[in-house]
Amino acid sequence: MTKDRLIDIAAPIVVAILFLGGWEWIVRANAIPPYILPGPWLVAQTLWTDGPSLLQSLLVTLRTTIAALVAATGLGLALAIALAQSRLVERSFYPYLVVLQVTPIVSIAPLIIIWANDVFLSLLICAWIAAFFPVVANTTLGLNSTDPGLNDLFRLYRASRWQRLIHLRLPTALPYFMAGVRISGGLSLIGTVVAEFVAGSGGADSGLAFRILEAGYRLQIPRLFAALILLSLAGVAIHLVLGVISRRVLRGWHESELGAR
Amino acid sequence: MSLLQLQNFGKVYPNGTRALDAIDLAVQPGEFLSLVGPSGCGKSTLLRLISGLADPSAGRIDWPAGAPQASDIGFVFQDATLLPWASIADNVYLPLKLAGVARAPASARIEEALAMVGLAGLGHLLPREASGGMRMRVSIARALVTEPKLLLLDEPFAALDEITRFKLNDDLLRLWRERQLTVLFVTHSVFESAYLSSRIVVMAARPGRIAADLPIAFDGPRTPELRTSAEFAAVCRRVSGHLADGMAAS
Repeated sequence: MTKDRLIDIAAPIVVAILFLGGWEWIVRANAIPPYILPGPWLVAQTLWTDGPSLLQSLLVTLRTTIAALVAATGLGLALAIALAQSRLVERSFYPYLVVLQVTPIVSIAPLIIIWANDVFLSLLICAWIAAFFPVVANTTLGLNSTDPGLNDLFRLYRASRWQRLIHLRLPTALPYFMAGVRISGGLSLIGTVVAEFVAGSGGADSGLAFRILEAGYRLQIPRLFAALILLSLAGVAIHLVLGVISRRVLRGWHESELGAR
Repeated sequence: MSLLQLQNFGKVYPNGTRALDAIDLAVQPGEFLSLVGPSGCGKSTLLRLISGLADPSAGRIDWPAGAPQASDIGFVFQDATLLPWASIADNVYLPLKLAGVARAPASARIEEALAMVGLAGLGHLLPREASGGMRMRVSIARALVTEPKLLLLDEPFAALDEITRFKLNDDLLRLWRERQLTVLFVTHSVFESAYLSSRIVVMAARPGRIAADLPIAFDGPRTPELRTSAEFAAVCRRVSGHLADGMAAS
C-alpha cells in the first residue's frame, strides 16, 4: 500500500472520528434530549437493536431502486437510440423529455399513484422519471459524437444505418452511457425515497422512507437517524458497484479508465 | 483505357468558395500520381470527390472500366482513423465486416494485409499501444485488405517524423509495384512526391486548378540514395518551379 493510498483511507477516518466525537461531546455537554438530537453512540445502539426491522424496509426500497435503475438504463438507451435516428426526431421530442425531467417528482407523484393501481408500479414509475434523463442525455450526446474521419470511413465502405449504429455509434457512446448510468444510480434511490414519502403506505411492505416518516411522527429520532444511515450506506454502495461495473466495461480502450491505479 | 477520367470537374462550397474549377484529368491504371499544391488548392477535395465521399457541383467523372464497388477503392486519411476500442486486426477486418464477410474466412486476408505492412503477429494490439507510424501502417493495411484497384492517400505521412516517413515511403513504393495498384497521393511535400511518383500534377489555389502535369522518370532505381542525387534535385527544382509559377498566378 503506497503512502498516497494510506492517506486516501486514513484522512476521511480522522475527519469522521473528529466529527462524531465533537457531536457526542456537544450532545452530552448541553444535555440535549434524544428526541431533539441523539448522540452518535445512541444512534449506533439503535442501529444495532432496530437494524433487522429497518433492513427489511431497506430491502423493499432497494428492490424498487434497482428495478427503476434497470428500467432507466434500458428505456433510456432505447430512447437515446430512437432520438439519434434523426435530428428532426431529436428536436421534436427532446424538449418534452426536459419538461419531464425538470418537473419536481414530488409534484407528479400523487397523480402517478392515483393512475397506477399498484404501489410497487407507481413507485417504480416515479423513480424511473427521476432517473432516466442522464442516461438519455448522455447516450444521445455519445451517439452524436462519432469521429468525423470514422464517419467518412463507414460511408466509403457503404455501411448501412444499422452497421453504423452497431459498429460505430454505440461503441462511441459507451463511455457516455456509463457516465449516465452512474448518475442515474443515485437518482433512482432519491426518486424511490421521494415516491415512498408521497405514497406513505404502511405495513410489512413499506420502504425505508416510510420508516423515517413513522419514526419522525413518534419522535423516535435515534431510529430516524439509524434509517438515514442505512439509506446513505445504500447510496454509497450503489455508487461503488456502478463504478466497478463501469471500469470493467470500459477497461482496455477508453481514456477515462486508463492509468487509473 | 484510363481508369478514371475527370471532365470539367468542379466543386463550389455553399459559402461560395471555388475549391476546384474546371479540372480535366485522366488517371491511367498502374500510375503513381501525386497531387502537389499549396493549402487550399483543393487537392484533398479532389480525392474526396473521386472516392464518392462528396459530390461535384460541376462536370463529371467517368470510369471507363465500370463504376467502382466499395471494395475497389482504398482510402488512407491524414490521421490513422482507427476504432480505438478494436484491436489492430479488428480494425483491418472492418471493411470486410461491413461487406458482410464473416470473421473466420477473413482472418487469412487480415494476416496477409498486416504482413504486407510489416505488422505480422501484432494484430492483438490496441491502437493506443501502437506508435504513430504503426497506426498509419494499420490504416494502409485496412485500405488494402479489400484488394482495391485504386488507392487514395491524403497526406498520410504528414504527422510522422522523417525517418518513419522515409521508411513508409519505401514500403508504399514496394506495395505499389507488388500489388500493381493505381495510387493517387496528396502531399504538400515536393520531395516526397518526386521520390514516389510516376507522374506529378501540380495544383494552384483560388480557384483550385491544375497548374502543371509532369511525368517523372529516373535513370536509377528508387532507393534512399536517389534522395541525394543530382538527378533527384533537378526533378525537385522543376516541380518547385511549377509550384511557384502556379502560386504567382493566383
